[in-house]
Amino acid sequence: MTTVTNIEPARLPDKKTISTIVWRWCKRQPFGAVCGLILVGIILVAMFADVVSPYDPELNDFANMLTAPGSEFLLGTDQFGRDVLSRVIYGAQTALFIGFTAAFFGSFIGLVLGVTSAYLGGWFDLILQRVMDVFMAFPSIIIALAIVATFGSSTEIVILAITIPMIPNCARVVRSSALQIREIPYVDAARSLGFGHVRIVMRHMVPNVMAPYLIMFTSFLGQAILAEASLSYLGLGVQEPTPAWGLMLQGGAEEYAESAIWIAIFPGLAITLAVFAFNIFGDAVRDTLDPRLRSQ
Amino acid sequence: MHKYLIKRIFMMLPTLLGAGIFIFFLLRMIPGDVCLVRLGGQGGFVDPAAILACQQQLGLDQPLLVQFVTWFVSFFTLDFGVSMWTAQPIIQEVGLRFELSLQIAIMATLISIAIAIPLGIISAVKQNTWVDYLVRTFSIAGIAMPSFWLGILLILGILLTTQWWSGIPWLPPITYVPIWEDPARNLLQLIWPALATGYRYSAVATRMTRSAMLEVLREDYVRTARAKGVMEKLIVNRHALKNAMLPVITVIGIEFAFLMGGLVVTEQVFNLNGLGKLFVDSVTNYDYAMTQSLVLLVAVIFVITNIVIDVAYAWLDPRIRYS
Repeated sequence: MTTVTNIEPARLPDKKTISTIVWRWCKRQPFGAVCGLILVGIILVAMFADVVSPYDPELNDFANMLTAPGSEFLLGTDQFGRDVLSRVIYGAQTALFIGFTAAFFGSFIGLVLGVTSAYLGGWFDLILQRVMDVFMAFPSIIIALAIVATFGSSTEIVILAITIPMIPNCARVVRSSALQIREIPYVDAARSLGFGHVRIVMRHMVPNVMAPYLIMFTSFLGQAILAEASLSYLGLGVQEPTPAWGLMLQGGAEEYAESAIWIAIFPGLAITLAVFAFNIFGDAVRDTLDPRLRSQ
Repeated sequence: MHKYLIKRIFMMLPTLLGAGIFIFFLLRMIPGDVCLVRLGGQGGFVDPAAILACQQQLGLDQPLLVQFVTWFVSFFTLDFGVSMWTAQPIIQEVGLRFELSLQIAIMATLISIAIAIPLGIISAVKQNTWVDYLVRTFSIAGIAMPSFWLGILLILGILLTTQWWSGIPWLPPITYVPIWEDPARNLLQLIWPALATGYRYSAVATRMTRSAMLEVLREDYVRTARAKGVMEKLIVNRHALKNAMLPVITVIGIEFAFLMGGLVVTEQVFNLNGLGKLFVDSVTNYDYAMTQSLVLLVAVIFVITNIVIDVAYAWLDPRIRYS
């Protein structure tokens, strides 16, 4: 007869604290984690721009026009003698403010429309989807320009112009998830208990489509930053002297590109880094929230 | 197949009507009046007779519904009206620029395919290796880089390289010459915007090729082929690629449709007088008649391209047309 020795007592699984969840996620998604760190850095820089910025971003210094990067001006100065580093730092504020606001409203309105459309079905769904088709028949920059042409260019209008093209994209994705949720028995159970439509949609359906919603939200952040930069570059977005990355690449950057290359390089690098980080981070979030995509 | 085609053509009508309604009523929401904004600019005095003449010329003195029906029907008889900025027929202004935008869109799409399909396949075959990570970083960088910055970098690169190489800086030709008149000059001018746009748009197609290939490579028939000892190269090229190409065709087609109207920023960087630049000019010059027609034209191009893609898709995959 054999005896079993050294049996380890059964252990309860580790208690899941936020730090352990984050640490595990970082180990599983190292590239996403690095990009998340970059994003935290950009957000902190934008929040404390007045502390970290070495100069006033709108201050013209005609004695130091087109100064090359050096110890005094780390990223050089532009054609008006404004410090490029300070403008890049304050530009992060503009980009993140417009990016987060447009992405939030675009994905939130898309979420509500998508879930409601799937839940109600019938004529409401049919008409709403045809309206979405209309908005998806234009490149987003065309809708944005048409809105700016109508209402003029101010920060609020730029946000509106970027938000509207996002709504149908989010609504479509969320609707397809919500259609599956609608068929699950607990929605029927809620209906048979006499709950109202608003309660069923908000309490029972919306929380279950948060995964596609968060995925769309993170991908919209990068798109919104790019759209804001494009509109500013065309002179139809944020106006001078407000520091904005796209605006920094307009005019002087092209005119002095050969003699003062730094004016053209650093704002573009800032846009690329922010959008790149948002995209990778968004991919990592998607892989975590949607296990079907993890293997791909 | 005919039934499918007819059904698709009928389905495009509500979209076009909706696009027309959207842009028509959006531009009627301008505070005041199109003519007042156009002639008054930043608040200067405007002769009321000039406003009245402008309103009559644009038909703004008629009921809204009449205005819309007149404009919408005229559009589909190729009477786009007259530009408020140049006073030239809009169809003529569009005709002058359409060829250039179409050529860039075709060239950018070809460049995008040339980059995306090989990279997508390599990335899928070498999944989770350093090659895969490199390709994915390269493609996400394409999405992240604004096309106007890429354009500026390209121009700068050409300028500095030629300066270093021959001592004389060289820039691409500025004046557009049709490809059949002087192919070399035409390509020397348009290859750069096509490269900038093609790289950017290749990113989405690369990701789609990779994910479609990964899906197909897990199918039972691929496993069977492997079990029979078929070489990996043959499995990829003959068994997997054809089936993985279906969603990729859709993505490339949609991108082409977007390129026809979405080259706004790229044309601005390279100073090309295409449809995108015409659109920006119409917005900055308050040329509402032009803006309205261009938006609907972009929607028409987009919808027609989508039908072509759908028909191609149905032709390639018979399950779609019978479902």
